[in-house]
Amino acid sequence: MVWLAGGMLALCSVMIIALILLVVVRGMATFWPGAIASYHTVDGQIVTGEVTRSSTYEPRPELIDTLPPEAQERARQLLAANDGLAERVLVRTGNYELDNSHFAWVSNYTIERMEKPEWFVVMERLTWGRFYGVPTAFYVDGELVADTPADVWREFERHHGDIRKRWQQRRTLESKAIGRINHQQESARLELRGAEIAAQQARLNHGVRSEQYLQAQAVFERQQQRFNQVEAEFERRYADIREEIVALNQENERYQIRLMTVNGQEKSMGMAEVVRAYPANQLSLLGRIGVYLDRWQEFLLDDPREANSEGGVFPAIFGTVVMTLIMVVFVVPFGVLAALYLREYAKAGPLVSVIRIAVNNLAGVPSIVYGVFGLGFFCYLVGGSIDQLFFSEKLPNPTFGTGGILWASLTLALLTLPVVIVATEEALAAVPGSMREGSYASGASKWQTIQRIVLPRAMPGIMTGMILAMARGAGEVAPLMLVGAVKLAPELPIDSIAPFVHLERSFMHLGFHIYDLGFQSQNSEAAIPMVFTTTLLLILIITLLNVGAIWLRNRLRRKFVVSAV
Amino acid sequence: MVTTDTTRVTNGSNGTAADPGYAERKNRGRLQEIAAGKWFPPVVDHQLEREEPVLTVKNFCLWYGKAQALFDVSMKVPKSKVTALIGPSGCGKSTLLRSVNRLNDLVDSVRISGEMNLYEDSIYAKGVDVIELRKRMGMVAQKPNPFPMSIYENVIYPLRIDGVRDRRILDEVCETSLRGAALWDEAKDRLHQSALGLSGGQQQRLCVARAIASEPEMLLMDEPCSALDPIATGKIEDLIDQLRGEYTILIVTHNMQQAARVSDYTAFMYLGQLVEYGATASLFKKPQLKETEDYISGRFG
Ligand SMILES: Nc1ncnc2c1ncn2[C@@H]1O[C@H](COP(=O)(O)OP(=O)(O)OP(=O)(O)O)[C@@H](O)[C@H]1O
Ligand SMILES: [Mg+2]
Repeated sequence: MVWLAGGMLALCSVMIIALILLVVVRGMATFWPGAIASYHTVDGQIVTGEVTRSSTYEPRPELIDTLPPEAQERARQLLAANDGLAERVLVRTGNYELDNSHFAWVSNYTIERMEKPEWFVVMERLTWGRFYGVPTAFYVDGELVADTPADVWREFERHHGDIRKRWQQRRTLESKAIGRINHQQESARLELRGAEIAAQQARLNHGVRSEQYLQAQAVFERQQQRFNQVEAEFERRYADIREEIVALNQENERYQIRLMTVNGQEKSMGMAEVVRAYPANQLSLLGRIGVYLDRWQEFLLDDPREANSEGGVFPAIFGTVVMTLIMVVFVVPFGVLAALYLREYAKAGPLVSVIRIAVNNLAGVPSIVYGVFGLGFFCYLVGGSIDQLFFSEKLPNPTFGTGGILWASLTLALLTLPVVIVATEEALAAVPGSMREGSYASGASKWQTIQRIVLPRAMPGIMTGMILAMARGAGEVAPLMLVGAVKLAPELPIDSIAPFVHLERSFMHLGFHIYDLGFQSQNSEAAIPMVFTTTLLLILIITLLNVGAIWLRNRLRRKFVVSAV
Repeated sequence: MVTTDTTRVTNGSNGTAADPGYAERKNRGRLQEIAAGKWFPPVVDHQLEREEPVLTVKNFCLWYGKAQALFDVSMKVPKSKVTALIGPSGCGKSTLLRSVNRLNDLVDSVRISGEMNLYEDSIYAKGVDVIELRKRMGMVAQKPNPFPMSIYENVIYPLRIDGVRDRRILDEVCETSLRGAALWDEAKDRLHQSALGLSGGQQQRLCVARAIASEPEMLLMDEPCSALDPIATGKIEDLIDQLRGEYTILIVTHNMQQAARVSDYTAFMYLGQLVEYGATASLFKKPQLKETEDYISGRFG
C-alpha cells in the first residue's frame, strides 16, 4: 500500500515536473536568435532562414520520384540506410509578401549542401513578419550613400535608433494626445446629447409651450453653441498634432534600406517599419544575449502586433493582474462575511447544512456556466440597468451593458467564492474556543470578539483561501471569453484619462491570449513558441501573485500563531 | 454549628448506633446516595454567615441537554476573601464557575433554574445586560488564553472594547495591572511584542493582569495553575495572596495543598452537589463530614 501511494505521488510529481520543464525550456527558447542557414537543394532551390525545429518522418516513394534523376539514387540509399525514415528541418524563411509563406520544410535527402551566409540580416518588421535578406543599398533623400553590405549595415545602425525614437514619438502622439482629444470630444458630445435628451423629455412630459421645455431647450442651445466652439478648438489642436506627425513621418521617410533575398529579389523598406534587425551569423554570444533580452523586454512591455503573434503582451499582463486583484477585492470580503455568518451566527441546523453543501457543490460547476451566468446577469441585467440609469446618452452603445473587466472580475469572484468560504470556515473553526471565552469573559460583545480575536487569528487561514482563489481565478479562461476578455483591447482598464479607472472596458488576458495564439493565429508555426512563452509568463505571474500572498500570510502567522507553550 | 439534615441521612442507611462500622458506612452511604441521585443539603460553616457576600447562589440547577450537572447549589461567596472550590473531576466546579459570569450561555444546550446575585443584582434575571455583567468580573481560565496580539493590547483589552482611547489611561492601567499580576518586571521591555512569545506561566499571569485590568468586583479562576510548573504555580499563588483583600476571588483547584495555602474558605463539591462549605482552616483540619476528610486526605474514590 505504501508503495502504491508512493508510486502515485512519484507519478504525479514526474508529470508536473515534466510539464513545467517543457513549458520553461520551450518558453525560454523562443526569443533566442538562431543562426541563418542556406540549404541548396537538389532541385536547384535555395531555402534560407532560421532553423526552428526538426522531425523524423517517412517520405512516400512518390516524393522521391519527383526529384531530379541523378538525386533519386542517392536519396533512396540514404532512406534505406535509415529504415525508410528521413530527417527534415523547418526553416523560417519569412519574406511573406514575396513568396506567401513564413516557413518551409527541407528534407535531408534533398539537401545538396548547406552554408551559413555571412551577410544575411534578420529584420523584424511591424507588418508581414520577418524579412531575411542581404543589405545591398542605403538611401538618404533618394541618394545612394552605401552599397556594400558592411557599409549599408553601418548606415542602418547609425540611423535606426533615431528613426525608431521618432516613430515612438509619433505613436505616443497618436495614442495619447489624439486619444485625449477624442475622449474630450466624446464627453462634450455626450453632454450635448444629455441636454438634448433632457429637452426631448421635457417636451414629452410637459408640452411644447411649457416653461420646463423652453428652459431645457435654452440649455440645449447654449450647449450646442459651446459644443461648436469646443469642436472648433479640438479641430485646431487635432490639426496641430497631425502636422507634427506628418513632420516626423517625413523625416523618417528620408531613409530607405534595400535588401536582396536569396532568390535575387530586391526589396526597399522604410526604416521605421523595422522593429529590430541583426546580422544573424555575425552576432557574438554577447550580441545574441542582447537580442534575446531585447526581445524579452519588448514581450513584457510592449503592445502586441501582427494579430498578437508578435510584439509584446503587456496589455494582457496588465489585464490579468488587474482582473485578479479586483476579483480578490470582491471575493474575499464577500466570502469571509458569508463564512462568518455560517460559522458564527447561523444556528446549526438542516438549513445551514444544505447551504454548506450547496456552496461546496458550487465549486464543481463548470466554469463556462459561470461565464454564461455572468453574461446574462452582470453584463445584460446589471450592466444594462446601469446604462439605462447613468449612461443613457450613450445608448444604444453599451457602456457597462457588455463584457468588461468589472464583470469578468465579478464572475470569477463568484467562481472562486466557494474556495474562500470553505477555507474561511475552516480557519474560523480552528480558532480555539478558549480565546473566544477569554474575550467574552472580558466583557466583549460577539461582534467585538469576532472582529478583534477571531478574525485576526483566522487571518492566515483566510489568506490561504485567498491564495487558492487567486490561483484558480487567474488561470481561468473559459468564462472570460463571454464576459469581457478580448483578442485586442484598444485601451487599458487603468490609464491617465480621468476617472483613471475604467472598469467597463474590455481587457486582454494572458489565458485568453494563449488560446488565441494557439488556435486562432494564421501564422501558427510562429505562434507555437509564443504559446509556450506566454504560458511560462502566465505561470510566473500566478506564482508571483501567490508568493506575494504567501509572504503576507507568513508574516501574519508569525504575528498571531507563534506560541511558546 | 453543624446544620446537617441528619434525619435524611439516617433514613438513608439501615445501620444502628450500636454497629461498630456504622459511622463509616453512614458516611460512605452519603456519597453513594448522592451517586444514586439523592440530594443532601450542604454542611455550611456558621462563620460564613458573618461575612458580607458578594455572590449569592440560590438553589441553582444546571442541565447540559438532558444531563443535570448542578443540583440545587446554594452558597455565598464572601467579599474580599479567597474561596476555593474543590471536588473530584467532573463534579461541576467549572460549570458552577462559568455560570457566575454566564459563559455557559455560549453552550447551546445549557438550561438553568435557580438564582444567582452579584450583590443585589440578579445575574440570571430577564433583560440583564450580560456584557455589563461580565465586565464586573474577571476570569482566568484553566489554560492560558492570551489573545493573538501584543502584551500591551492583551492587558488593556477590556478597556479597548469599552472604547477607551486615552493613551495615558491605557498606559497606566497596563502598568498597574501588570504590576498587580507580578509580570511588570519581566514584560516591561517587551510590551509591544506578541503575547504568544511569553512562557506558559507568564501567559497565565498575563491573563490575570487582563482579568484585573477593568478592576472587577470579583475574580473567577478555573484551575489557574494546572498547566504550570511548580515555580510558576508558586508565583500565581503568591499573586493570589497579594490580591486577597482587594478582590473577591473564587478559585477552582484540584490541588488540596493549594486550596489550603491560598484560600480562606473552601467548598467541597461532589457530583454536582455542594457537600461541605466552611473556613479553610477548619475544613482541612477538622472537616465535619467524613467524606470531606476522605477526599482531602486523598483516601477518596
Ligand atoms: N459543554 C458541555 N456539554 C455537556 N456536558 C458538559 C459540558 N461541560 C461539562 N459537561 C459535563 O458537566 C459535568 C461537570 O463538568 P465540569 O467541567 O463542570 O467538571 P469539573 O468539576 O470542572 O471537572 P474538572 O475538575 O475535571 O475540570 C461533567 O459531567 C461534564 O461531563
Ligand atoms: Mg474544570
